[in-house]
Amino acid sequence: MDKTWNNKAWFMVLPMLLLVAFSAVIPLMTVVNYSVQDTFGNNQFFWAGTDWFSDVLSSPRFHDALMRNLLFSGIILLIEVPLGIFIALNMPRKGLGVPFCLVFMSLPLLIPWNVVGTIWQVFGRIDIGLLGYTLNALGFDYNYVNDPFDAWVTVIVMDVWHWTSLVVLLCYAGLVSIPDAYYQAAKIDGASRWSVFRYIQLPKMNRVLLIAVLLRFMDSFMIYTEPFVVTGGGPGNATTFLSIDLVKTAIGQFDVGPAAAMSLIYFLIILLLSWVFYTVMVTNDAKG
Amino acid sequence: MARIDLDHIRHAYMPNPARDEDYALREVHHSWDDGGAYALLGPSGCGKTTLLNIISGLLTPSEGKILFDGRDVTGLQPEERNIAQVFQFPVVYDTMTVSDNLAFPLRNRGMAEAEVKKRVAEVLEMIDLGDIAHRKARGLTADLKQKISLGRGLVRADVNAILFDEPLTVIDPHMKWQLRSQLKLLHRRFGHTMVYVTHDQTEALTFADKVVVMYGGEIVQIGTPQELFERPSHTFVGYFIGSPGMNVLPVTLEGANARLGQHSIVLPGAAGPTIGKRTELGIRPEFVHLGREGMPVTIDKIEDVGRQKIVRAAIEGHELAIVLDEDSSVPADPHVTFDPAGINIYADDWRMKLGG
Amino acid sequence: MLELDKVSKVSNGEAHISDVSLRLESGTLNVLLGPTLSGKTSLMRIMAGLDRPTRGRVLVDGRDVTGHPVQKRNVAMVYQQFINYPAMTVYENIASPLRIAGADKATIEREVGRASDLLRLGPYLQRTPLNLSGGQQQRTALARAIVKKAGLVLLDEPLANLDYKLREELRAELPKIFSESGAIFVYATTEPSEALLLGGNTATLSQGRITQFGPTVDVFRDPVDLVTAQTFSDPPMNLLAMEKHQGKFVKPGVRDITVPVELSHLAEGPCTLGFRPHNLSLAAGPGTTPLSAKVMVTEITGSESYVHLTHDDQRWVMLTKGIHDIDAGKMLEVHLDTRHLLVFDRDGRTVRARPAGA
Repeated sequence: MDKTWNNKAWFMVLPMLLLVAFSAVIPLMTVVNYSVQDTFGNNQFFWAGTDWFSDVLSSPRFHDALMRNLLFSGIILLIEVPLGIFIALNMPRKGLGVPFCLVFMSLPLLIPWNVVGTIWQVFGRIDIGLLGYTLNALGFDYNYVNDPFDAWVTVIVMDVWHWTSLVVLLCYAGLVSIPDAYYQAAKIDGASRWSVFRYIQLPKMNRVLLIAVLLRFMDSFMIYTEPFVVTGGGPGNATTFLSIDLVKTAIGQFDVGPAAAMSLIYFLIILLLSWVFYTVMVTNDAKG
Repeated sequence: MARIDLDHIRHAYMPNPARDEDYALREVHHSWDDGGAYALLGPSGCGKTTLLNIISGLLTPSEGKILFDGRDVTGLQPEERNIAQVFQFPVVYDTMTVSDNLAFPLRNRGMAEAEVKKRVAEVLEMIDLGDIAHRKARGLTADLKQKISLGRGLVRADVNAILFDEPLTVIDPHMKWQLRSQLKLLHRRFGHTMVYVTHDQTEALTFADKVVVMYGGEIVQIGTPQELFERPSHTFVGYFIGSPGMNVLPVTLEGANARLGQHSIVLPGAAGPTIGKRTELGIRPEFVHLGREGMPVTIDKIEDVGRQKIVRAAIEGHELAIVLDEDSSVPADPHVTFDPAGINIYADDWRMKLGG
Repeated sequence: MLELDKVSKVSNGEAHISDVSLRLESGTLNVLLGPTLSGKTSLMRIMAGLDRPTRGRVLVDGRDVTGHPVQKRNVAMVYQQFINYPAMTVYENIASPLRIAGADKATIEREVGRASDLLRLGPYLQRTPLNLSGGQQQRTALARAIVKKAGLVLLDEPLANLDYKLREELRAELPKIFSESGAIFVYATTEPSEALLLGGNTATLSQGRITQFGPTVDVFRDPVDLVTAQTFSDPPMNLLAMEKHQGKFVKPGVRDITVPVELSHLAEGPCTLGFRPHNLSLAAGPGTTPLSAKVMVTEITGSESYVHLTHDDQRWVMLTKGIHDIDAGKMLEVHLDTRHLLVFDRDGRTVRARPAGA
């Protein structure tokens, strides 16, 4: 839409543009700069071309971390989306229960990420943690520090606990926007509970679900803080996701060049996958 | 198809209604014929939607019973009442094709697929949507979506009643004419009991055999369009039906005459005593004859509305609307006479019987 | 005066407005009449300055304001939805444009008083809009538009969400309200009957084009073409395809209709006759011609009957006085009053009467 001109509007946008430039564009350029050079400290740089990129792309360590990320995102999407829809469907639509449920649902979202990590780190400990201790007392051999499977379960349960609420709230917003007439018509048409979900609720939630899946995918793919706090990427490399690997490379080993190349590849993967997700779902949406 | 009995129905949205004003529906006690086409007509807030929801089962009345063919259905859910309903805004299942939309209520009731196909094909032909039967309902215009809703209402042959809740609100004027006459045709053909809620008099009058006029939570008159036009039983009916509505003039009665200021108007019959009550004479603009004889009037304004002219006049200081044909003209020294057939007398807003 | 000079609007490759030129005088009421999506709202947005036309100019009192944003123009707008400030009282709602303009207290009091009297909102000034009926809410929005003393007031189907009788009342009051201010009023509607009741001037719109602009009754009686006639007919205009042949309109199975003298200049060949439902009747009269048609369904309004007919494959509607419940499927002889006949040529243009002897 070409609206009537008003050049003053651009002045309003200016501060935002500057902010974005400082916070995103300039750091990104720095990263690009590092990714094609080598340094041994002392502020001396040597041209490295695409070496770092080919190194990273052919490194098994990178492949493993990428696979872990994809597996992790896949699992949490498979759990959080259906679970979120299920909870949203069962939340009250009116009455006193509404504010109560909404506040209750929002609580995990309000906790800072590193605190979430800390909570679960303590919660899962077998000596003093309520969860870890109880499980062991019940005879389960649970120890996220030693056992890769247990570490995965802990990280996934933590993420589900932390983020399912987001899916719930988005779905709930979609559900309450459906006019009553639809439910009434379905009742009169003799539709089953499943039909109501399949033909009314799901189609009307389509758009918010798209947003939920995208957000959850992007966030889970970039997950860092919580597993870092809980498992530190271990045991071994079992929960070393791309972001953790990246930090290990950049800060732990101070390999700025490879780390920069890795960040860019990481960034491009997220961009690409998000785009694929979005396109697939939007085309699906258009087809109906 | 069923007869609908509304047995002393009252409804309040608040928990403990005490006074009459607390009721959205004050007292409805009527019996509606099997196969009749009824329109519930009234301004917003008159209780017509409440009554419709009570019939459909979306609402349980605070008091009273509702019976379909003598069977008490008061406690039954909408899906147990075997009715169909068309809503104000088109309700379609977006992800289904047009024909699947129509088949939906049939399949939900476990009808054999061959039978479903046959029935859907019939309805598609009736509502003229055969061309787009296999299109997804999403993205169709409001007109078409509402046609689908109508079709879903008509698809079950065995329903007790089909209910319409202002179904033509979102439809363009030209399309309204088509859909309305189509509905009427379908009613003639299949004889369903139909209940149609609207605030538009043209829709109500043209659709229904019997129009139920509601005002302030009460039914003020049930009658054929002709009865509502010629013998409105309440001044509200006179005002709400007809445009412009009925002229209402304060009079005093003198036997078979009514006195309006210095004029005496001959009534079709003598009215009973109206002591202590507000007495008024009602006459529709269509029954006022403008000419050179009768009572003198002053003319404020003549509105040319195309096929008619509406004359805004004053008689004895009271407003009087007169309807003229497209080709008629207003005389220089205007007088009016009232057609006795169109005169009604009201005492405290309710129509009085005029004796011979 | 507001002037649109060859205005077009294309958006996403779709033409919403095509080559519209229009001149609206101060102190007039102008109706934009057309079905949904005919371009009424797009045109109003351009008039208001909310959208910039793709081509063409917008002039106010001869001054080019094409690129000027809406804030710089003196415009008020009322929408189909009742838009008021929900947290403010009716009084504050009406006063809001004056407060923004920095009017003093006495002026505000006077103007709000005047507008609320005009729209009969006096008893409700201290209520908030959500505690009012739909009609009162829309009156509040109208009052706000009026106190603004805008040079241009745009009303986009303002009565569409109201009860039928409320509409009738407001419709009767609106011309009075309009005539008191010297502003240009533009009123969009889909309903021909609404245009006729409002009076003033009417511009008929079809697919983004203005097909005719003039005094409302003139456009109704003498549409320039078939599209205009159809846009301005409710019930829809009845059509009959015939052929002009040696001073007569002829068609197999239909009695010849003598071509009126003033239309004798029409070229021989196919043409279309148009007539409105109330020009058909059951009884013959002076200057009527009989036509046969099949009855589809009859609708009775209490004093009149709408008889839906088919003639060949054409759907017709007859509006006749009295109660006539005619059986469906019956063949009927109906009588056409030829005095109000419209004749359209091959291209759908109305054949204009030529004074006899010219």
